[in-house]
Amino acid sequence: MNQPAPAPSAPTLPVSLAANPKLSSWLKFSSSGEVTVSPGKVEIGQGIVTALAQIAADELDIDLARVQMIRASTAVSPNEGVTSGSLSIQQSGRALRHACAEIRQIFLRQAAERLGVGIDTLHIEDGIISGPGNLRTSYWELADEVSLDRDATPGVTPKIATSRTLAGHSVQRIDIPDKVLGRPRFIHDRALAGMLHGRVLRPEHARAQLRELNEDGARAVAGLVAIVRDGSFAGVVSETEHGAEVALNALRKGATWSDGELLPDENDLASFLKAQPSESTVIGKKTAASSGTVARTIRRQYTRPYLAHASIAPSCAMAQWDGDRVHVWTHSQGVYLLRADLALVLNLPVENITVEHLEGAGCYGHNAADDVALDAVLLAKSAGGRPVRAQWSRQGEMSDAPFGAAMAIEIEVDLDARGEIIDWRHSIWSNGHAARPGRAAQPALLAAFELENPFPRMVSTNPPQANGGGGDRNSVPLYDFPSWHIESHRLTTMPIRTSALRTLGGQGNVFAIESILDEIAAERGEDPVAFRLRHLRDERAKDVIRAVAARAGWKPEKLPGIGHGIGFGRYKNTGAYCAAIAEIESAEEISVRKLTLAVDVGEAINPDGVINQIEGGAIQATSWALKERVRFDRERITSTSWTEYPILRFSEVPDVKVEIIQRPDMDPVGAGEAAHGPVTAAIANAVFDALGVRVRDLPITRDRIIAAMDLS
Amino acid sequence: MPSVRFRLNGVELEIDADPDRSLLDILRGHLGMTGPHFGCGAGECGACNVIVGDRAISACDTPLWSVADKDVTTIEGLGTSEQPHPLQRAFIAEQALQCGYCVSGILMSAAALLRRNPSPISREVKEALDRNLCRCGSHNRMVRAVLRAAEEMAAE
Repeated sequence: MNQPAPAPSAPTLPVSLAANPKLSSWLKFSSSGEVTVSPGKVEIGQGIVTALAQIAADELDIDLARVQMIRASTAVSPNEGVTSGSLSIQQSGRALRHACAEIRQIFLRQAAERLGVGIDTLHIEDGIISGPGNLRTSYWELADEVSLDRDATPGVTPKIATSRTLAGHSVQRIDIPDKVLGRPRFIHDRALAGMLHGRVLRPEHARAQLRELNEDGARAVAGLVAIVRDGSFAGVVSETEHGAEVALNALRKGATWSDGELLPDENDLASFLKAQPSESTVIGKKTAASSGTVARTIRRQYTRPYLAHASIAPSCAMAQWDGDRVHVWTHSQGVYLLRADLALVLNLPVENITVEHLEGAGCYGHNAADDVALDAVLLAKSAGGRPVRAQWSRQGEMSDAPFGAAMAIEIEVDLDARGEIIDWRHSIWSNGHAARPGRAAQPALLAAFELENPFPRMVSTNPPQANGGGGDRNSVPLYDFPSWHIESHRLTTMPIRTSALRTLGGQGNVFAIESILDEIAAERGEDPVAFRLRHLRDERAKDVIRAVAARAGWKPEKLPGIGHGIGFGRYKNTGAYCAAIAEIESAEEISVRKLTLAVDVGEAINPDGVINQIEGGAIQATSWALKERVRFDRERITSTSWTEYPILRFSEVPDVKVEIIQRPDMDPVGAGEAAHGPVTAAIANAVFDALGVRVRDLPITRDRIIAAMDLS
Repeated sequence: MPSVRFRLNGVELEIDADPDRSLLDILRGHLGMTGPHFGCGAGECGACNVIVGDRAISACDTPLWSVADKDVTTIEGLGTSEQPHPLQRAFIAEQALQCGYCVSGILMSAAALLRRNPSPISREVKEALDRNLCRCGSHNRMVRAVLRAAEEMAAE
């Protein structure tokens, strides 16, 4: 107990490696010249698997083609929690780099001993270890005599940045050829021997209970294997997918539901959010050394609607029981976390459950991947040991999966007589932005709430500020204002299910902060770029703003109907820096013609991969900002198809230019969520530049612009 | 059970199935062909696009009977690992995707475009792909890849 605290300078292991120190759990060498790398993070369309392979190959001095990446599974992989928060490069990347550096040293020591030379005389090239003269051996030759069943030790020094030959250079992603050639790579395309197909019935009205179920129609459908019912959870299992669909439709006709629960008024989200019971937390407080005299206070309210993940593929999973053990195939972001929740629902020890990852379509946060896994597990109980594949419908994906939480944000700024900011107050009302599986004593999976003996519905919470926060993410200003007070009100009721969607509250908060700053700068008649630079102390922040301004030729000439705006943020205040300039055109609707971005992710492992992520984030943010809004009436979600939940189309996509500020000596951070906030704000500010009107409620549609004009 | 004959990727087929079932269901369920992807089941996203005749159509809302005696091409018929179609090579060269779930449908829309119009301009590519949805935001790379493939095909 009374151990002395470690010296402040004592080296520590990267967090994922500290949690999973056994080197052999990360890497294996074969005598035939391959290295298998087994990260706990998963491919969700972001290219992480390639970046991790680059790091490993680089540190080991082997050709990238020798690296085989293993998909995460609770049977074999290190437990790295969840693939989220743009943390995979930070967590898995650092752990792998450290593990590989240590393993390289272990092999070098073994080689030095075998060859009878000093370790400093050895050199590795594509796994061949050579010494003076013709002395040589290799990882592959030594593979059987070197044991990696040992714990990683702190203090290993990876290569210096200038010695890296792969990390920092663009390489082709290793998953892309399969996807372009139409080879079965997605979970949706995998067929297991003897596989059956399942579908689950869900109510149209929010949280309605299943009162009666006439099964006759479904029983008459050819190929039916089982009808499963447990409380309000009901589903079918069929020999064929088509049979499952037909049986589900028949079952739907035979279902009688209770009334559902009342949903909020979609046209007055701010009032709803502010009226709910909530838990308030002071997120940040800064007190001024000397306060100026307040000449004027401006207060603005911003809102963001509920947003759908709206993945192109409906969620899918497979499950197979063997006695009291079950194997699950899933596109979940966290195989261990899903396993923990399954264990709660099934009342089984985790050892009885194996959860294995297979790729799904693009994942932007906590979608229905985990829910459908429990669906498959429950349906497979009635399948006599055969595997069952469950898949949601488009409608289910758009209405039953968790949404990104709606937000109301109020910022109040005190200005002195010269229009300078002297105090800043930022308040957020929102449901929590995280209700992920595997983190609570209760499961977070949809079917668990529907069972005869249901688990209570989880109310979303927010990750702590130390982990980037939730609704409060990016709410603490990056600017050097004299004083501020930041407060978050997390709702303790949750009529609409919310959980993690890309950036959590970051997009809403950056939109609000960057909008009001722009307004203050405009009122002062000060250039918004200069205004931001004047209030920043962090040189990396200033650099991305200067870079984007230079690249976009700030400020471009003013033309009728065209507007330009800027937005800036540092994701989570600790991650990637990103500045964006939008050029919009105002006609019948707003269209974004061009986005210019500058980004600093520290060391960019795969620069083209970073550009791809930033481009994708920028385009998705444009879609959120201009078009997206979950629609509902008082009884049900109504935006259940692509017609009712439109996203940006090819003809509407802006030209996107991305500049990376490469910093090889800085720790790498993720890029997937850096662009959303800055781009949203840049678009809103460009709309003001074009039209002279501030739209403070997302999405920025024609109706919203007219409403904002009426107000002003 | 009535049967429907059509050519799939150049091979004559006779399918014994309810002719009202969707072409996608026949391709994936009956024939185990997983290149065309299910996305919405309503012809709204393009993930299941195949080429019938010389047009890209969504297979999920196309009944089997409607392709009787016609030529159907899926991503599996576009190119192979050994001989990828120029579009497939270009998509790899441009790294023109993130998750890739929409890509097989997008490739079919693009292939149909290049059959009709071998040298499209950017706007024409966007128009041809406008009924295909991509959620990851890889649109611009895809447009570049299609233009690159067109150039490459013109040079051949």
